[in-house]
Amino acid sequence: MNIPMSFYIILSLIMFFCGVYGFITRKNLIAMLMSLELILNAVNINFAVFNRFLFPGQMEGMFFTIFIIGVAAAETALAIAIIINVFRSVDKIEADELKKMKY
Amino acid sequence: MDIAASDIIFYVLAIVIAVSSVLTVTSRKLLHSAVYLLFTLLATAGIYFELNYHFLAAVQISVYIGGILVLLVFSIVLTSKVGEKMDTASVCKAAGTALIVIAGAILCGYVINKYLPDAKMLPAQQEMDMNTIGHSLLGTGRFEYILPFEAISVLLLACIIGGILIAKNNKKKEGEED
Repeated sequence: MNIPMSFYIILSLIMFFCGVYGFITRKNLIAMLMSLELILNAVNINFAVFNRFLFPGQMEGMFFTIFIIGVAAAETALAIAIIINVFRSVDKIEADELKKMKY
Repeated sequence: MDIAASDIIFYVLAIVIAVSSVLTVTSRKLLHSAVYLLFTLLATAGIYFELNYHFLAAVQISVYIGGILVLLVFSIVLTSKVGEKMDTASVCKAAGTALIVIAGAILCGYVINKYLPDAKMLPAQQEMDMNTIGHSLLGTGRFEYILPFEAISVLLLACIIGGILIAKNNKKKEGEED
């Protein structure tokens, strides 16, 4: 148990910037959604680590993480519903080929 | 210098997370990157176990891996042919993004190294059992979280209704076309 806090933070830093890279370079909507999951996950690690290292007697960071996971689940479910709907009507899910808002 | 088992576990998990999150955003096949995402999420659950947040790790596994990832794989199989390679971004765009991302990471790493307090992990003061978690999740007092809990439940209800609405609307349109 002698890993310093900065190791955990740097780990989540790597994960966060991988997510940012994927979000910018990917064209497929589902791949962009997966990059978004990476970003949210990195934030969750940060919350848990700060809670454990700096305020070990409290549970605020853990509850924040649980609520973020709940919101992420709702957001992903709706996003996938929208993506499948777009696929049905346009037949593509590449972000640069979706030019019309209304078909 | 003795190395505890938990340190080795941390380094293994860190390597798994770093490698598989890079592969998640660079793999050409969509299904492969979903599998790499699975490894990243599992290793994150391992990190939570190592930090002694057992409930959080269980939530991570059951919601992220059991829910979100299954949904993602389902929609990948629905919308693209298996084994099909995605078109990549142009070399110029990828290189520029990589440059920006690496610069940002180095800047943040520098700030973390310089300014973060060098805290060591304290041993957990009391075992965080389900009893405590449940009482502070559903209590109304200070540091208790009934309001966000209910807000999340309303959000999930809205999500269900939205999903039904999106699916239903499309079906009606398909019926009109026939």
